Amino acid sequence: MKNEAAKEKIGFGALLVATLVIVVPVILIVGLIIARGFGALSWEFLFTMPRDGMKAGGIFPAIVGTFILVVTSIAFALPIGVMAAVYLHEYARENLLTRIINLAIINLAGVSSVVFGLFGFSLFVIFLKFGVSITAGALTLGIMTLPVIITTTREALRAVPQSYREVSFSLGASRWQTVRHAVLPFATPGILTGAILSVGRVAGETAPILFTVAAFYLPRLPHSLGDQVMALPYHLYITTTQIPNVPEGYRYGTALVLVGLVLIVNVAAVILRSKMRHRK
Amino acid sequence: MSRARKVREFFIEKLILASGLASVVFVVLILIFLLREAVSVLKTVSLGAFLGGRFWYPISDPARLGILPLILGSLAVTLGAVVLAVPLGIAAAFYIAEVAPRRLRGLLKSCVEILAAIPSVVLGFLGITILVPFLKNFLGLPTGLTALAGSIMLAFMALPTIISISEDAINAVPREYKEGALALGATHWQTLHRVIIHGALPGVIAAAMLGIGRVFGETMAVMMVTGNAAAIPHGLLEPVRTLTATIAAEMGEAAQGSPHYFALFGIGVVLFVISFLINLTADLFLARSRKR
Repeated sequence: MKNEAAKEKIGFGALLVATLVIVVPVILIVGLIIARGFGALSWEFLFTMPRDGMKAGGIFPAIVGTFILVVTSIAFALPIGVMAAVYLHEYARENLLTRIINLAIINLAGVSSVVFGLFGFSLFVIFLKFGVSITAGALTLGIMTLPVIITTTREALRAVPQSYREVSFSLGASRWQTVRHAVLPFATPGILTGAILSVGRVAGETAPILFTVAAFYLPRLPHSLGDQVMALPYHLYITTTQIPNVPEGYRYGTALVLVGLVLIVNVAAVILRSKMRHRK
Repeated sequence: MSRARKVREFFIEKLILASGLASVVFVVLILIFLLREAVSVLKTVSLGAFLGGRFWYPISDPARLGILPLILGSLAVTLGAVVLAVPLGIAAAFYIAEVAPRRLRGLLKSCVEILAAIPSVVLGFLGITILVPFLKNFLGLPTGLTALAGSIMLAFMALPTIISISEDAINAVPREYKEGALALGATHWQTLHRVIIHGALPGVIAAAMLGIGRVFGETMAVMMVTGNAAAIPHGLLEPVRTLTATIAAEMGEAAQGSPHYFALFGIGVVLFVISFLINLTADLFLARSRKR
């Protein structure tokens, strides 16, 4: 028996070590980015155009570009994603079509981000003649983030008690009326969580925008949806690999702005989700 | 119900159906628009020479478009990442789901979620500024830009997927299994590695598969740290070039309509097919784990 107790100690100890090997670097990574990036943050860094071949000045156009891409791609993907989840959870029966749709969603979630980039280039930039533009980039990013929105919306719909639907039906409401008035209002926080999570995803992606929208250097703000934009992740990529002698603080500053944005968004999603759970 | 209302509902419901089908349409569109460009590469090389060719010299004249080195590069990096991430991830999932005290559990889960949220380009940036010089000095290599650096980065990126899905699988094991084992006098550890692991196995396998899928398709971080040498790799301590990195790095330079351009779409098709197979297999295991 004593032997078994010792074995348990060793076993649990090993599991703990494995967990620490993962968690400690995460804390170090975030700490390092904050420590080294914080010094670079200034009014000038956040709100002016880059200068001297992007070795000085600010990252304002990249921040604006990422913001525009997030807003446009979510505006495209959210309605489709929510309606797709409504279809799957409130309308569809368990049949072959539903299985095919589910398989497509899984596959969409698993396709490499650079393949989305190729696809977006081939369909939107070339075939539909949108050119390298915000439209092409936003549609590419939107399609990529659909699975996130569909899955989280579905979870939210699943969490709405069945009795709500039954009461609504028993009062003579149609299926759409039931969805509209007895289901969706209660699923809203969950749907928002999905939207917020995809904001984080869209803001951080580089590969899908490489050939569809990202501008290497464009020290002005876009005028229309047909313009290219700079974006934070792409900016970090080129200042790290393509341009020599960019001051390290500048790179860490860009990384901090990007990570900060993504993490704030994720924290917001977590808070929203826990509020939702409390309400239930 | 008024007629106008009926008409409106009819249209709304058609819109909902259309959105439901959108994912299928997009997947089909992706395949069509990749294939549309990719088939033209077969005018330059045969399918066998494309997939099995040992040389990727896309801009020499005549261009040599064999993607075997790239496939092997992707495999080498993926294999390294899997060896690192799968055992670590499963162990951490067991710790978080079964062993960790309640308070610590929340904290650990947040750390995993933060890791999942960090953009790959940021990990690539840290890889190139910290990990790569470290590997170079620590292992005494001519360059730190190696398959190993890619494997380490990718292991980290696959971990959140592996941990969260394994954890779900562990939590889904019926309580009676655990209570039965404990009632028979088994220690918590014995229960864990003899009972719970069997119940959770299909889900854990699915987690590993999805982790592999994530790793195989990852682009930015891997492109930044692996050195991008398109040669057949002999080990993890050399520079390699993956399928994904090749597309990302060369698409900007390839002239539209050139064999090189078509070949990059061909690589896209290869990636699409592989990720499809991986995700399909993972889904079969997940369905099995849910059935239990």
